[in-house]
Amino acid sequence: MSVLVNKSTKVITQGMTGKTGSFHTRACRDYGTQMVAGVGPGKAGQEFEGIPLYNTVADAKIATGATVSVIYVPPPFAADAIMEAVDADLDLTICITEGIPVLDMLKVNAFMQGRRTRLIGPNCPGIITPGECKIGIMPGHIHKPGRVGVVSRSGTLTYEAVFQLTQLGIGQSTCIGIGGDPLNGTNFIDCLNLFNEDSATDAVIMIGEIGGNAEEAACDWIKAYMKKPVVGFVAGATAPPGRRMGHAGAIISGGSGTADAKFAAMERAGVHAVRSPAELGAKMKSVLGARK
Amino acid sequence: MNLHEYQSKQMMACYGLPVLKGYVCHTAGEVEAAADNLKSPVCVVKAQVHAGGRGKAGGVKVAKSPAEARIWGEKILGMKLVTPQTGDKGKLVRKVYVEAGCQIEREFYLSFLVDRARRCVSIVASTEGGMEIEEVAHKHPEKIITVGVDSRVGLQPFQCTKLLLSLGLNTALLASFSDLLGKLYRMFMERDLSLLEINPLVLTKEGGFVVLDAKCAVDDNALFRQSGLKEWMDYDEQDARDLRANKFGLSYVGLDGNIGCMVNGAGLAMATMDIIKFFGGQPANFLDVGGGASKETVTEAFKILLSDENVKGILVNIFGGIMKCDVIAAGIVEAARELSVKVPLVVRLQGTNVEIGRKILSDSGLRITPADTMDDAARKIVDAVKK
Repeated sequence: MSVLVNKSTKVITQGMTGKTGSFHTRACRDYGTQMVAGVGPGKAGQEFEGIPLYNTVADAKIATGATVSVIYVPPPFAADAIMEAVDADLDLTICITEGIPVLDMLKVNAFMQGRRTRLIGPNCPGIITPGECKIGIMPGHIHKPGRVGVVSRSGTLTYEAVFQLTQLGIGQSTCIGIGGDPLNGTNFIDCLNLFNEDSATDAVIMIGEIGGNAEEAACDWIKAYMKKPVVGFVAGATAPPGRRMGHAGAIISGGSGTADAKFAAMERAGVHAVRSPAELGAKMKSVLGARK
Repeated sequence: MNLHEYQSKQMMACYGLPVLKGYVCHTAGEVEAAADNLKSPVCVVKAQVHAGGRGKAGGVKVAKSPAEARIWGEKILGMKLVTPQTGDKGKLVRKVYVEAGCQIEREFYLSFLVDRARRCVSIVASTEGGMEIEEVAHKHPEKIITVGVDSRVGLQPFQCTKLLLSLGLNTALLASFSDLLGKLYRMFMERDLSLLEINPLVLTKEGGFVVLDAKCAVDDNALFRQSGLKEWMDYDEQDARDLRANKFGLSYVGLDGNIGCMVNGAGLAMATMDIIKFFGGQPANFLDVGGGASKETVTEAFKILLSDENVKGILVNIFGGIMKCDVIAAGIVEAARELSVKVPLVVRLQGTNVEIGRKILSDSGLRITPADTMDDAARKIVDAVKK
């Protein structure tokens, strides 16, 4: 078992014919993911390395039975692509695109109210259930099937955590990158909730970063509901206030959103927080060992 | 992208918002002429830099005559303005805004921002105009009123009434206050702002509203459709290294430490800074070379790092997922040769083709210290810099 995606998940690529989209569609298919369709207006009837293209997400869904899409569409058109996926009533859409205007995401957020589709991202590496299904841009080979869930706002820092786990022989159930933007779809709490209910997940690594209060909210939730141990880290303890650290969402404003406040929230909630990102794997190992 | 006060007011004037007449000046002579043109009993000479707290730092002065305005112009132009937001180095004042005065009855705080927790545009108002809002939030949180606007329906009349009453204003002002809020909301949405702050908003003795100070920030991600605003970018206000980094698709933020960092991915870049600090070192910068760094971008990244004279050592931490380690290693070797890097260089590569990458580094004959893990890398560079 795993959360959100597995070996029977069928995936549509929105923006498949661009450089990024075609590269990663190929890489995901090679990993074993069922990449069943691509979408591009006016491209119906064509194909990309054997994967058929359709004019719309709705057409692709009807023709293939896909329930998930991944979006590599450039920023000016990405919000529209998300809304199209939502309108087609997919179960899940994963938006990799970085650089979407924040007011576009407000529109998307309003459009999604009352709809069934879950959004992961934008500005995220995607989601992977090791050995079964990889959707996104993460390197598949560093992962290993297992029983630790990973949820993170960052991309490469997630790979770092996964790599540490794999080196120590600890596999992952599912790894979810929720993205570095100030307004995103699925949040920490949604993912923690999924892992909490997943019989194949024993523990969770949660990686936050400065800016906003998503980590604090997640910690309140953990304290009240989480039944499984959580190992945590927050990136950006050394970041100066008021400066954007790469990610649009990583900014400390008016004294809130600091790493210290987030670490304090983790400690209050009983999260096994590590101050050094190099200790994520080792900490998880000791937490799992203590449970046995 | 931050806008100057005068640019923010220029934009507001286009939306019919109440701003006072003013001129941007670069010399004391221009200041005197501007003050003369304003025909106002008093005028205000205001430093135009991207930083708050200008008044307390001596960057805003009232003049009762064009001659006095000239004197303030001479003092303020060319001064290094040091405010809590500029750091100790301060900011050089290259231009001032000379604005007419007005008769102040009351002052308020008013801002519009993208509220990530409530997932909407929020309007924040306070009776404590002219004070720093962070300070008000800390000392008198009850004096701050926040109203969230539902983006599906926009700003509603009842919300304007609520804000008006919470500021203790008479309902006779409802029409003009609602008009002000409506125009500000429209400007915020149409110009892709991420922040619009008016501090203070003034109620004049004559009973009208005036935007006395204004600060706007435009969402960088939306500049592609705000081409008019791009021309307002003030390159003098930006750190030269930040600008150069931007040009090459790198994300750079300069800090005060002495260990230069080059990393791929924003989260890993922050975590690398953190681990340097964890082992007792001081990071000199945040630098994210992005997902698709080429040899050229690696070289450029090195140039930017080395142009900071505080840098006494460099830590490269690359987790090659999409990026292949051998490509990065070749880039590092070539850049290190071309720039004849003299400071200690610790390189940690991990991910796709890592073995080939490490071999390229060790075969290069350059003094590159390899590292296996993040803590190994951080320890090595911190030790090397201490020596």
